[in-house]
Amino acid sequence: MKIGIYPGCSLEGSARDYNESVFALAKAFDIEPVQIPDWNCCGATAAHNLNKELSLALPARILALAEKHGVDEILVPCAACYSRLVVTKHELQKHPELKNRICEVIEMDYKGTSKIINVIEWIDKYIIPKLEEKVKKPFNYKVACYYGCLLVRPNKVLNYDRVEDPQTMDVVMSKIGATAIDFAFKTECCGAGLSISRTDIVSKLSGKIIEDAEHRGADAIIVACPMCHSNLDMRRPDINKYWNKEFNIPVIFVTQAIGLAVGLTPAQVGLKRHFVEVKIS
Amino acid sequence: MSHSDHHIERNSLAAKVEKEVEVKAQKCYQCGKCSAGCPVAEDMDFPPSMVLRMLQTELPANDEKILKSHSIWLCVTCEMCLTRCPMEIDIPSMMDYLRQKSRSEGKANPKAKNIIAFHKSFLSSIKHTGRLFELGLIIDYKRQSLNLFQDAGLAPKMISRGKLHFMPEKLKDMAHIAKIFKNTSK
Repeated sequence: MKIGIYPGCSLEGSARDYNESVFALAKAFDIEPVQIPDWNCCGATAAHNLNKELSLALPARILALAEKHGVDEILVPCAACYSRLVVTKHELQKHPELKNRICEVIEMDYKGTSKIINVIEWIDKYIIPKLEEKVKKPFNYKVACYYGCLLVRPNKVLNYDRVEDPQTMDVVMSKIGATAIDFAFKTECCGAGLSISRTDIVSKLSGKIIEDAEHRGADAIIVACPMCHSNLDMRRPDINKYWNKEFNIPVIFVTQAIGLAVGLTPAQVGLKRHFVEVKIS
Repeated sequence: MSHSDHHIERNSLAAKVEKEVEVKAQKCYQCGKCSAGCPVAEDMDFPPSMVLRMLQTELPANDEKILKSHSIWLCVTCEMCLTRCPMEIDIPSMMDYLRQKSRSEGKANPKAKNIIAFHKSFLSSIKHTGRLFELGLIIDYKRQSLNLFQDAGLAPKMISRGKLHFMPEKLKDMAHIAKIFKNTSK
């Protein structure tokens, strides 16, 4: 079986730390994810807000390229890209006429045969089975696993985990020795794509998530989405200003936490690139 | 006029939503769970349940208010409303349709100017390079929104952490991306 990876745009830029941790972790487990050749942006929020056809055509090109190169399974570490890809596959499957129209637009064949998996599914399938023997440094911390929106919703389309109180990331974290705390904001929105255009709303929403995690005694917030990470980490100065607080809880990608547990260095998993200093390692 | 005749003649926004995105506003019984769970409801002029109620009236004045509302642009598509709706009304898909209709009819709320400017800058970036070029996006957004000094302190911090590229990474097959944009332009 051929496994491909669709990193998405943020992993090449502002979420470079996430990218580094995904590839470093894969390497530590002798996996070599191959990038979908010449992949494009999925269109993100902008496309589905402004142009429905474009919002389906951009992900369809990615999926068609994957098929063309015989990729059976595509790992999509960004929860937002993952959502766009899965939603597109679902829409085209549900509406054959729309599928024909989109195939005309992209001028490519598309069958919908590649499986799309998120980072937790990838960890579950390829990392967990070999994890026990590899853990060198248990991650003995209390963590608040933050799933955000697009890893679990729309649940009828994604068909992944419990929608109000998901558990998959909590289970993964427990395997490296962490204690996942009960946390009320697991699936509340961080403000997502409003980060630049309405920083005030993002500061308000992200601050509520951080406040609850800190209040319940978490040492770190664990995420699996670059958008959640940039809002909770890069926007921390705005959040602290908005709430007039000094929140200093670090925000760590699930792949970084596992990387540290199996003996990778903070630099190898990109921790040095965070805005909020990560004192645990 | 029989019920079926009435149905054929419906020209309301609710009827268009039903036809275009298969969302039936009439199914809503106003439990309010969507508005209760909506992260941006308190910033909206009409929370999601009220948008649905207004659609149900099928009055041109209400349709107009919806298309001119700030709400449709504040919706972040977090999908919480759909998840909690007992009638499984796909409000996020409906919001996408309403945003596009609002723009095509030139009715977008002036308060949503920056949100729309951001989306436009984002798509323009993809159109030119195939992938998002974050620095280009920020510069174009500043130009469009005239918020020249916003986040001025952020860029240097991103650069020092290696999180902001100076040059875009272009696709090999840019002609293909150009064609997709051309084929989907309205």
